[in-house]
Amino acid sequence: MTLREPWPGAVAASGPDGPDVLPEVGEVPAGRGSGRLILSTFARNRVAMVGVGLVVLITLFCFLGPLFYRTNQITVRLNIEELAPSGKYPLGTDASGYNVLGRLMVGGQSSLELGVAVAIASTAVGALYGAIAGFVGGIIDAIMMRVVDTFLAIPGLVLLLILVNIVTPSLWMIIILLSVLSWLGVSRLVRGEVLTLRTREFVQAARMMGASRRRIVIRHLVPNAIGVIIVNATFTVADAILTLSALSFLGLGLPPPSADWGSMLSDGLNYLFDGYWWLVYPPAIILIITVVAFNMIGDAIRDSLDVRLQQRP
Amino acid sequence: MTRYLIRRVGQAIVVVVGVMILTFIMVHMVPGSAARAALGVRATPARIAAFNSTYGLNRPLYEQFVSYTGQLIRGNLGTSFTLQQPVSALIAQRLPRDAILLGMSTVLALLIALPLGIYQAVQRGGIGDNVFTGVSFTLYSMPDFFFALLLIAIFSVQLHILPPEAPQAATVAGILADPRALVLPVLTLTLVSVAGFSRYMRSSAIDVLAQDYIRVARAKGLRERLVLLRHVLRNSMLPIVTVLGLSLPGIVVGAVIAEEVFNYPGMGLLFYQAATSHDFPILLGSTLLVGVATVIGNLAADISYAVLDPRVRYDSA
Repeated sequence: MTLREPWPGAVAASGPDGPDVLPEVGEVPAGRGSGRLILSTFARNRVAMVGVGLVVLITLFCFLGPLFYRTNQITVRLNIEELAPSGKYPLGTDASGYNVLGRLMVGGQSSLELGVAVAIASTAVGALYGAIAGFVGGIIDAIMMRVVDTFLAIPGLVLLLILVNIVTPSLWMIIILLSVLSWLGVSRLVRGEVLTLRTREFVQAARMMGASRRRIVIRHLVPNAIGVIIVNATFTVADAILTLSALSFLGLGLPPPSADWGSMLSDGLNYLFDGYWWLVYPPAIILIITVVAFNMIGDAIRDSLDVRLQQRP
Repeated sequence: MTRYLIRRVGQAIVVVVGVMILTFIMVHMVPGSAARAALGVRATPARIAAFNSTYGLNRPLYEQFVSYTGQLIRGNLGTSFTLQQPVSALIAQRLPRDAILLGMSTVLALLIALPLGIYQAVQRGGIGDNVFTGVSFTLYSMPDFFFALLLIAIFSVQLHILPPEAPQAATVAGILADPRALVLPVLTLTLVSVAGFSRYMRSSAIDVLAQDYIRVARAKGLRERLVLLRHVLRNSMLPIVTVLGLSLPGIVVGAVIAEEVFNYPGMGLLFYQAATSHDFPILLGSTLLVGVATVIGNLAADISYAVLDPRVRYDSA
């Protein structure tokens, strides 16, 4: 083989006794099995661990930071607008006189809450939808999948641009809208996974033992597709944060005084050419690092779950 | 194959009808009536009533849908409320511009991403792979608008070598006559697409490199260049065909942002302006167009996949 060394994670995944053989999947006992498998895959993957480390640090910064570093993020104070970074304001102040460092924390709360909430909601809905479609099959599957195709045919931002006109934007409303758009991909992936799983012996065995359809979907199909589901969820967090920033740029994001990194960035960009770098680069850098971190986690788990990507002996 | 084709085309038609119904319902759920948006906030109730009856907006939703469908079949997309021009004329005017922008950037992106993905797969885990993985992750994770404005800040404001605005000429020839102005918008869309495509190409090439036929090709003494060109490139390009079909909506989204930043009067800008001014006919027409294009793109991708890959045979399934 002339191939170079595989990814660090891929080497680590094959223990001293040769490559790990994934355990034959069966019913996954609640709370053990799948969770442990994912955790151990995680812990062995350096890229994933760097991603997790970054996410933890940023989360602590956003949610614990304001407890120690109290700033006013509600009332506009024009007497201290656009101050350059100094001892009192480490990252300066913005056009409304908000402390930028403090605003990064508060804005990050919205961005992270949104990303995680959208990922959880859309993954739950999408996974269940896909699992049902794949398991039931036939005409119902066909109808369910045409609905997904229809939504997928229209670009997400285009749908959002129409939808944000219908509702008044608030954090919860945008979470709902983004979830409505994000469950489609998961449902397709999970359906594909279920289509291959349902022919496996353990599913047929469960069916023969008289397990109800609901039990088979929830206890056998969804847990065994969990790898695909988790990878997709981490990508969804990243995408949702980015989409919110695009909405903010188009003037359709969260209404003031609430903030997210995207709105801070797009507001700051108005001053890009005036030399107010502290309004642009801090939100840009923390936004990009966060999105990269979630993408790293997703990519690394996918690499280590995908048997085909493992180095062959 | 024929049976597969018929089934697949049938599905595509169902989806197109679905797109029509979905957009129609959504667009009509928008509050703040079209009349107010078109006539302004000081419009009198009488004028609003007249506007609504002119455009049939006072009739029940299903009647409006039936008459809209009837118009569509006759190739009539309606008339814009705000611009007072036929939507089909507006689209015909804007679409060639998008063909230039999106076509150029997608082709460029593929020309860069395919070799890059293979290089990364061969160098997997090496410095080159990690560097490009880092770069493509960062590009992919950057908000499009930030990236576009950063390019403007560097190339237009700091270095003064490229104009910050896309070509404003009305004709295709006029746009192509100003290639310097095209560089930044095309670069923005290209680099964002490269990031995505090269990731797929990398996984796909890693997959192919592990296949037995690659080992055979190497074992029989084929030069590495030929192995990569004949076997790896060709085989790992297959999934990209599907990705290309699926990424069409994403490319359009990128275009909305890029057109807004560079003030390029294409479909994206038309749509964005229509969305903020509640111009239903434009919203419906352009959403439908993108939806149909996506459905056709996916259909073409599936069919070319079946044609290109002899292992894919749908009839037996």
